[in-house]
Amino acid sequence: MNVVVASGLAARYAERTVWSGADFRISRGSFTAVLGPNGAGKSTLFKLLLGQLTPAAGDLTVFGAHPHAGDPRIGYIPQSSSFDADFSIRGRDFVGLGIDGHRWGIPLGGGARDRRVVDDAVGVVDAARYVDRPIGRLSGGEQQRLLLAHALVGQPELLLMDEPLSHLDVRNQGAIVNVIGKVVRERGITVLLIAHDVNPLLPYIDNVLYIANGKTAIGRPSDIITAATLSAIYSAPIDVLTDRMGRVFVTGLDEEVTHPHG
Amino acid sequence: MGDVLLVVTDTTPRLTWNLIADVAAIFQYQFMDNAYMAGTVVAIVAGAIGYFVVLRGSAFAAHALSHIGFAGATGAVVLAINPIFGLLAFTMGSGMVIGALGSRLRSRDVTIGIVLAWTLGLGVLFISLYTGYAQEAYALLFGEILGISVQEVLITAVVAGLALVALVVMYRPLLYASVDQDLALAKGVPTVALSVAFMAVLALAVTDAVQVVGVLLIFALIVTPAAIAIRFTTRPRFAIATAVGLSLAFTWLGLAIAYYSPHPVSFFITSLAFGTYVAVRVVEVLHTRVSRTTSADA
Repeated sequence: MNVVVASGLAARYAERTVWSGADFRISRGSFTAVLGPNGAGKSTLFKLLLGQLTPAAGDLTVFGAHPHAGDPRIGYIPQSSSFDADFSIRGRDFVGLGIDGHRWGIPLGGGARDRRVVDDAVGVVDAARYVDRPIGRLSGGEQQRLLLAHALVGQPELLLMDEPLSHLDVRNQGAIVNVIGKVVRERGITVLLIAHDVNPLLPYIDNVLYIANGKTAIGRPSDIITAATLSAIYSAPIDVLTDRMGRVFVTGLDEEVTHPHG
Repeated sequence: MGDVLLVVTDTTPRLTWNLIADVAAIFQYQFMDNAYMAGTVVAIVAGAIGYFVVLRGSAFAAHALSHIGFAGATGAVVLAINPIFGLLAFTMGSGMVIGALGSRLRSRDVTIGIVLAWTLGLGVLFISLYTGYAQEAYALLFGEILGISVQEVLITAVVAGLALVALVVMYRPLLYASVDQDLALAKGVPTVALSVAFMAVLALAVTDAVQVVGVLLIFALIVTPAAIAIRFTTRPRFAIATAVGLSLAFTWLGLAIAYYSPHPVSFFITSLAFGTYVAVRVVEVLHTRVSRTTSADA
């Protein structure tokens, strides 16, 4: 069953069309890496899925209906989410907002049940050691785990993560991807994850959704991250190199890659 | 403010060593009863909203609201209306505009500052138009809680009640949006409407607090207690309770000290707030030094 279906979809952001003619389906329980250069419209895709933007053309459905803002089945980790050092809120209170933060009033009952849900999610992301510390004092990796726990307490069926790995060192990237991979398999959550480097994700992902040059392409990593496919997207020669560790590197046309609309 | 009560005492009351008698002496005058009632109400609402002001980084907006309110209050004096209504109209109007601008706007503080300077200028014009006495302007700028009437205490209480009810209703989504606007928005929290509503509630609180400390000293009751509170606890509800407690302590103590001294109440309230903040920061620095030297892995 497909969680997300896009047909002839076009995205417009700040009065310009960022990409168009997108056709793809995301099946339930799959893990998709969303790749592409800066400014290609990866976050714009998330805004469409969250119902915060409407499609410029074509059709988009999430769970079989047009996306609407505040869908509780969608978990979201925004881009460059981090907290200032003097941000004085306990990790536990932050995670708990994922359960009932959108409801009006001061919470009165349900404390014990909510506490279990929070403890459960915190355990899954292995953050029990520091969940009672102020979130501003935690490292980037620790904050990222609590952001994941915050998304998980809402019992999402679709998880949208906008560059959760940037600003993390390689060791932390591996650890976070491992946690994500484990959770989504266990809970059958469908994941779209925006990243710059596909390599830490390769052992876990089913598909790659490549967004570049106003176009999109979806498929298995081995089908999409090839010289032929990427050259077709960019309408220019692109090389894909694979090293002895199985890591892939995309090269060629660096200027167009970093300034796709220049 | 409003109908001016000029309290002239030929001798400043003397402190005895009997604490109960000293406290009882404070409440033998109606004007001190009024001051304590208004001060209590204001301290509660100021402390509570102050937590969100600090959390949202809206300290400058709070400061600006009070200054913009000054033009409204002096304008009301010129029109022979109770200044609290002019204050309310201007803080409400400007608060909602600031709220609609949103925190994402990088130049927001610059825009607020430009409007603030102009409205202060307007206030100066209104004062010059009103040829009465400078006492009104002085009371608005620095607070004149000892001259507050029973009717004004009632208005203050109604305004504070409205603000507190609104805060209780908005509590969770406001906390969510203050922690991370993008997360709250994705969960369906109407963040822009909430930002406007918050600034409207802040306008109510500022209007109330001006009665006690005046437009220039508003920070002492709204920002300082909350800024101290978040250094003690990371739990939102404890932090709000702590901020309210501190705000009450500063106001009550400030009034009591002022009763036994020839100096203004506002000076004592602001000094208590400032002194406590400095003390907390100093203790913090000493504490981190000690824990650094005692534990190597901290």
